[in-house]
Amino acid sequence: MASASANQNLMGKALREGLFAGVIAFLMFLLFVGVETYQDINNALVWRTRWGLLAIFVVVAAVGRFVTVAFIKPHMDQRKLNKAKQGLLDVSDEKGFLRRHFLKFALVLLLVYPFLSLLIVGKQGSLKYVDNFGIQILIYVMLAWGLNIVVGLAGLLDLGYVAFYAVGAYSYALLSSHFGFSFWILLPLSGIFAALWGIMLGFPVLRLRGDYLAIVTLAFGEIIRLVLINWTDVTKGTFGIAGIPKATFFGIWSFDTGATNNFVKAWGLSASSIYYKIFLFYIILALCMLTAYVTIRLRRMPIGRAWEALREDEIACRSLGIDTVTTKLTAFATGAMFGGFAGAFFASRQGFVSPESFVFLESAVILAIVVLGGMGSLTGIAIAAAVMVGGTEILREMSFLKVVFGPDFTPELYRMLLFGLAMIIVMLFKPRGFVGSREPTAFLKERRAVSGSFTKEGHG
Amino acid sequence: MTKDTILKVEHLSMKFGGLMAINDFSFEARRGEITALIGPNGAGKTTVFNCITGFYKPTMGMITLARRNGKELLLERLRDFEINKVGGVARTFQNIRLFSGLTVLENLLVAQHNALMKASGYTILGLLGLPAYRKAVDLSIEKAKYWLDKADLTDRADDPAGDLPYGAQRRLEIARAMCTGPELLCLDEPAAGLNPRESAALNTLLHSIRDEGVSILLIEHDMSVVMEISDHVVVLEYGQKISDGTPDHVKNDPKVIAAYLGVEDDEVDEVIAEELEGGRH
Repeated sequence: MASASANQNLMGKALREGLFAGVIAFLMFLLFVGVETYQDINNALVWRTRWGLLAIFVVVAAVGRFVTVAFIKPHMDQRKLNKAKQGLLDVSDEKGFLRRHFLKFALVLLLVYPFLSLLIVGKQGSLKYVDNFGIQILIYVMLAWGLNIVVGLAGLLDLGYVAFYAVGAYSYALLSSHFGFSFWILLPLSGIFAALWGIMLGFPVLRLRGDYLAIVTLAFGEIIRLVLINWTDVTKGTFGIAGIPKATFFGIWSFDTGATNNFVKAWGLSASSIYYKIFLFYIILALCMLTAYVTIRLRRMPIGRAWEALREDEIACRSLGIDTVTTKLTAFATGAMFGGFAGAFFASRQGFVSPESFVFLESAVILAIVVLGGMGSLTGIAIAAAVMVGGTEILREMSFLKVVFGPDFTPELYRMLLFGLAMIIVMLFKPRGFVGSREPTAFLKERRAVSGSFTKEGHG
Repeated sequence: MTKDTILKVEHLSMKFGGLMAINDFSFEARRGEITALIGPNGAGKTTVFNCITGFYKPTMGMITLARRNGKELLLERLRDFEINKVGGVARTFQNIRLFSGLTVLENLLVAQHNALMKASGYTILGLLGLPAYRKAVDLSIEKAKYWLDKADLTDRADDPAGDLPYGAQRRLEIARAMCTGPELLCLDEPAAGLNPRESAALNTLLHSIRDEGVSILLIEHDMSVVMEISDHVVVLEYGQKISDGTPDHVKNDPKVIAAYLGVEDDEVDEVIAEELEGGRH
């Protein structure tokens, strides 16, 4: 009897909350889903309504909330209660076999990934999986790991990281098309150039702290982009630089179709661009591993510890004789260098660079990946990059949604919504990111992860 | 400057806008002694500290530090981090400033930053993992262990610093300052908020630091702590020195008593007059 009335109570509550969610969704999506602007035949901007689509959004929100409150939440509570009754601790130090060896599995999987995709979907199908998913995600992993040094370790909020990516890409594009240097010379050079830019920008900028630092770095990111647009003599402005040479197999084989030492011909393979993509995949994988290795090594060096100490308390650092200006500059320069490597790789992969690739949105996405992954954690950031970048790629694949939302529906357009949703979900359930704890860099008896509740975010 | 003086503050003045926080303050701290700087709330003790340790640039005055190797440094001319790096002055803070997300051991390793940076060839040689650097790392861990032992924190070495109880955090902050290898240790209210047992442990720690030849300059509120451990006491009130001498001397100084008990100025004169009369009898 009592349980029936409790059940009724719960259903009533769920109905109320579902309705409430529906109303909120209606108000929220009214303007940016319910109304669409487009250009008509006379190039005038007119608008039309999309009540059907809006209705779907509202229904999804309302039903989702209803189901959550009525069924999912009671179920979760029950499970927790049962666990508590059995006396099992919620937090257990014992990790499963898979979790303990997660990194090894992940690395092996990445190493065989291109061949796996070749086996499963064939050459033509693999283009998408190796290039759009593999390479694209790994570029963001590398960028986010580079930014992680600045934001996650040293605690300097940098909103203009894409500037260094641009410096790397344009260094490669300009030097290779003007002087014909090869990829393997320009890769380190681009990194060095980006690091130099990091130091040059860092000198004036790093006197500022917190919000002020964030705003000035944002401005510098935009300045670089505007210079690229307006310095047309060198950068060709918005037209961009095309025909950037491809990377070569250490100068032994080329991937240009006309070349005599063409890789495909040399090995007697059938012509396909997949070989070049697989080659690029392994380059970016190696670059990512380099970034991870250097980050892990640096964290255990005095400079890395000083970065983390700087994030925790800058004043205490100064009282211990740490030169905070040079320490910040090294963090900035190291992060910039990896951005430059990624930029050079990006230029050679695209064969084309233009200022459009280096807008503020890119900086924001990279920063979002770092924050979602858990500042300072390489594993968490890699997962976040896979989810965020892979997620947007998967959206492109979701053409079946057209059946639900109508033939005009383009899922890619909703990727920012996905970003927002992912952010909210992670911040609700994992406020410190996917991996919130930090690994200590030295220990006497045993290495115990430091809970995220003790670490600070830094104030610039 | 006499031979056994380590720190000499002359005519120090610090102005914040219209407020004269410190007014023509001079004192000396001797090598191998515990010098206490006391005074009522708002007397300017922490301001003096911040001037000495480079967090403020004094409006006027000269702060001279004598290193053991005979070099004399003018602290007000050094940049904030150089006071520790070049001058060998370490400090703690009134509101504890630990690296709370780093472990206790890491806190002590960060303190050895400059020595380790040199040993790692400013990171470049260290990345290659040369044996010289590895030896320096082992040494730094030994040093950290030594101070962990002294501060009674060995059991908690692998815990985050933010997880320690208050008294342990105070001791860790002192241990961290000592890991920089200072000649002068400045402590800002080290006994604040400690219970009597922790307070006693702190006294032992401070005595053992002094016995290693490190001079200590401390700010303290609690007269009983000051009287027990310090060799020399300087009393500050409203930014000016009102007394200077041994604990016994200061304890019986009518001006100090007046400052602490909060009597009017004319009553101080009365007290002095009484004392003088008493002396005559």
